Amino acid sequence: MTASLNLILAALILGLAVWTVIARDALAAVMGFIAYGLLLTLVWVQLNGIDVALTEAAIGGGLTGALLIGAATRLRRGKAATAAVTASTPSPFPSPLPVRLLAAILSAAVSVALAICVLILPEQGPTLAHQVAANIADTGVGNPITAVLLAFRGMDTLLEAIVLLFALIGVWSLSPDGFWGGRPGLQQQKDPNGILAYTARILPPLGIIVGSYIFWVGADHPGGKFQGATILASMWLLVMMAGLADAPRISHSWLRAGLVAGPLVFIAIGFAGVFTVGHFLGYPQGYAKALIIAIELALMPSLTLVLGLLLAGAPQRGAEP
Amino acid sequence: MSAVLDLFTLIAVTAGVFFFLAGTVGLLRFPDTLTRLHAITKADNLGLGLVVLGLVPQVDGVVTGLKLVVIWLLLMLSAGSVSQLIARLARDSDLRQ
Repeated sequence: MTASLNLILAALILGLAVWTVIARDALAAVMGFIAYGLLLTLVWVQLNGIDVALTEAAIGGGLTGALLIGAATRLRRGKAATAAVTASTPSPFPSPLPVRLLAAILSAAVSVALAICVLILPEQGPTLAHQVAANIADTGVGNPITAVLLAFRGMDTLLEAIVLLFALIGVWSLSPDGFWGGRPGLQQQKDPNGILAYTARILPPLGIIVGSYIFWVGADHPGGKFQGATILASMWLLVMMAGLADAPRISHSWLRAGLVAGPLVFIAIGFAGVFTVGHFLGYPQGYAKALIIAIELALMPSLTLVLGLLLAGAPQRGAEP
Repeated sequence: MSAVLDLFTLIAVTAGVFFFLAGTVGLLRFPDTLTRLHAITKADNLGLGLVVLGLVPQVDGVVTGLKLVVIWLLLMLSAGSVSQLIARLARDSDLRQ
């Protein structure tokens, strides 16, 4: 029964992957990609990787999907404008044949390389899981994923949080000069009695509870700051899109302080480790769990801001209202 | 007693799956946006509602059952709002043409 379900799941994922690649309309390809992400979530659940499943649903399907929808609609608008200017019928293909062939060859080469890597993996892969299981008691957290992310491989998580900040700076740097420091140009609903405004009033209280819960249970169960922050960020975006609150000006000092606060606390605790136990990101005996919670608490609001602002996009309105 | 509950689950989930099937067929076969929305909302609301209703007797503990019901309510809220938004977009782009 489970085997046949898994087979159906695998077939669906392969089919969707092919569809996403061959779909001619960018928006259709994006829809395929989102459904693909949701099915991947099911695969991770089947593999008992609930943490990865949550992340895939929140980031892979949700956040990336929303970003891609935005990109596809922008591309479509741009194409319509080009067609109107040149008064020619737009070709069904966006780029000439050699470019497409090159793209196909490159993507196929990457896929083949990945497939070879997966196939030549030893049956019993090298694993550090036993060491994690043996030493997890020292960290004070019960969820091995959280222990790896914040204690054993804390450096990776720190760099990840900083990379997100760089991504946001990259998005902001796309803003035209005149709008620098202004508000992100979210598409806003003007109707305060509309259905979107209604949803934006009903859903956020629930979303905030669910997001905080997922953040808090991350210590001992699947969950954590990334997944929780994604939910909180989506609630914030919902409120902004419904026109109930405007996007903040990116020149706001509180906004910038909030963005860097999380990584700064992480770095500060990391350097404190140099003095207390002799190496960067080391936690003194017995304080590990308290410090991990402090880092997570500090990272959560920063991540929420970064993820929300990443989706809100580059400023498209002036600094003055 | 448990046989009765099992039968209830069987009937309710089967009915729910039927609505999902009908909604999907409608989504694929109906001619325009509004009729397709009509079909798909049946799958969301009634289909999932019946599946949840059928699963509630099978879970252990009231809290898990309540969670299932809350999932259904949340889905109705989001599906209801999104289909209204899609319908408004469809109506507006019809008017513009």
